[in-house]
Amino acid sequence: MNWTSLDTWIFVTAALCAVACALPGCFLVLRKMSMMGDAITHAVLPGLAIGFILTGTRASWPMFLGAILVGLLTALFTQWISRLGRVDRGAAMGVVFTTLFAIGLILIQVAAHEVELDPSCVLYGALEFTPLDRISIRGWEVPRAAAVLAAVLVVNALLILALFKEFRLSAFDPALAETLGYRPNFMHYLLMAMVAITSVAAFEAVGSIIVIAMFVAPAATGLLLTRSLPLLLLLACGFGILAAGLGVMGALTLPPMLGFKSTSVSGMMAGASGLLFLLAWAYNLLSKGRASRTLHSDSLVSQRVSES
Amino acid sequence: MSPAGDPADETISAHPETVPLAVHDLTVAYHRKPVLWDVDLDVPEGKLVGVVGPNGAGKSTLLKACLGLIPIASGDIRVYGFPYEERRDLVAYVPQRESVDWDFPVSVLDVVAMGTYRKLGWFRRVGAKQRANALEALDRVGMADLAKRQISQLSGGQQQRVFLARALAQDARVYLMDEPFAAVDAATEEAIVTLLKELNRQGKTCIVVHHDLATVSQHFDWVVLLNMRIVAAGNVADTFTQENLEKTYGGRLNILNDAAHALSHVAR
Repeated sequence: MNWTSLDTWIFVTAALCAVACALPGCFLVLRKMSMMGDAITHAVLPGLAIGFILTGTRASWPMFLGAILVGLLTALFTQWISRLGRVDRGAAMGVVFTTLFAIGLILIQVAAHEVELDPSCVLYGALEFTPLDRISIRGWEVPRAAAVLAAVLVVNALLILALFKEFRLSAFDPALAETLGYRPNFMHYLLMAMVAITSVAAFEAVGSIIVIAMFVAPAATGLLLTRSLPLLLLLACGFGILAAGLGVMGALTLPPMLGFKSTSVSGMMAGASGLLFLLAWAYNLLSKGRASRTLHSDSLVSQRVSES
Repeated sequence: MSPAGDPADETISAHPETVPLAVHDLTVAYHRKPVLWDVDLDVPEGKLVGVVGPNGAGKSTLLKACLGLIPIASGDIRVYGFPYEERRDLVAYVPQRESVDWDFPVSVLDVVAMGTYRKLGWFRRVGAKQRANALEALDRVGMADLAKRQISQLSGGQQQRVFLARALAQDARVYLMDEPFAAVDAATEEAIVTLLKELNRQGKTCIVVHHDLATVSQHFDWVVLLNMRIVAAGNVADTFTQENLEKTYGGRLNILNDAAHALSHVAR
């Protein structure tokens, strides 16, 4: 394996991306809305494309704003269609996000002639090239993608830290949240906005298809191992970073071993996330035999206590 | 704007501040199909109120409409004379147990502490005071020793008691409970009955959706018979009659048998 300083930056960018996604991802999984995340990450594409076309550059504010707007519209349209058309939410989502995604792809194909933009990079990301595009922050040269992802990560972390109680309440029991005056609907759209912003930031690195693995897999893996929400958030971040490391190393070592010329780091990351989930699941299965025996005797004891 | 009479005066007399829950002309519809039709109800203070009626009669819908959880087609709902939004702290809600995911990663104490969130407000964290309140509420339902447990490890009855403790932590004056007795063990049933009596002694009003006609006269002193409309509402002794039950449940024989059984309890 030939690790260079570029690979360090690729790893840092990938890890920042994984953690930025894993934080809102935990709440997506807990709300059983993983597919809503998928829908939003796909649907932000036209927002991005219009941003590109209008400004001709990447990572500009109009691009972020366009993507957030389209992301929120996806959530809103889905709700409307499922309510007014009386179809289930999955079907409504399928209609909305594929339509928006298709519009986005067409816009990008049209714009690709004028703006430097590769459709395959839109779909799968180009983590390998992110270290080449650098910006200078206080004289320190960092990849632009890493800087953007770090900023989004900080925003996500601060929001979840400040509104931890509100996020947990509205995810666990939205009806109670409503009766207490906590506006679970607002929290829902706040989460959707976070997913939209994060997927825009992550999209250059991992693309609009693979990003869903970054949102869902670490959270799902963590949920196999803990029933404590703070620990779940930490575990999800940890699994995200681990998947990033394994992904970068896998992309460096596996292709020569198997005789391929090149591979995509983001694909390797998604694969590593899946592998980690599988390991956690197997661990869970093996330890369950012991756990269920102790739990069973425990509940028998408590039953006897309550009877006496 | 009418020149005759003072409209402000009229508002006060129409919405007395002594009535815990006043419902007027309430109609609720799902997809244009009415679920509640023209419901009028004034619940007196300090009563243990049972809400009974057949499946699909709109019992849960009535509670949810009062709490602003579902849109209403028409009508007016007042809590101590004011719209619910202005009197949230006076009302606690115990939803049906199945309404949440019991595999959610929270502890028993976390869930009960949610009852204190109303007074806590946005951004502020649960502190020692809220934790103490939650523990006290857990103690009142006999579950203080399970405070640290994850909710996924609870039995059905224990889940129900956690929900009750959460409502207690809200320290309200009106308690709306949706089928708290549904499928619980004997210990939990006992705990709920004790708790209702205790709340009653403290002068709180409890409005409880109930499915078991046989125990209505045991648990409640006031009853609402509901089947899309209010069939009858009043003291159990006057209202919980064979005639009213037949009107509420229609000609369903097996249920009428239950009713006969229930009435024999009243007679005793």
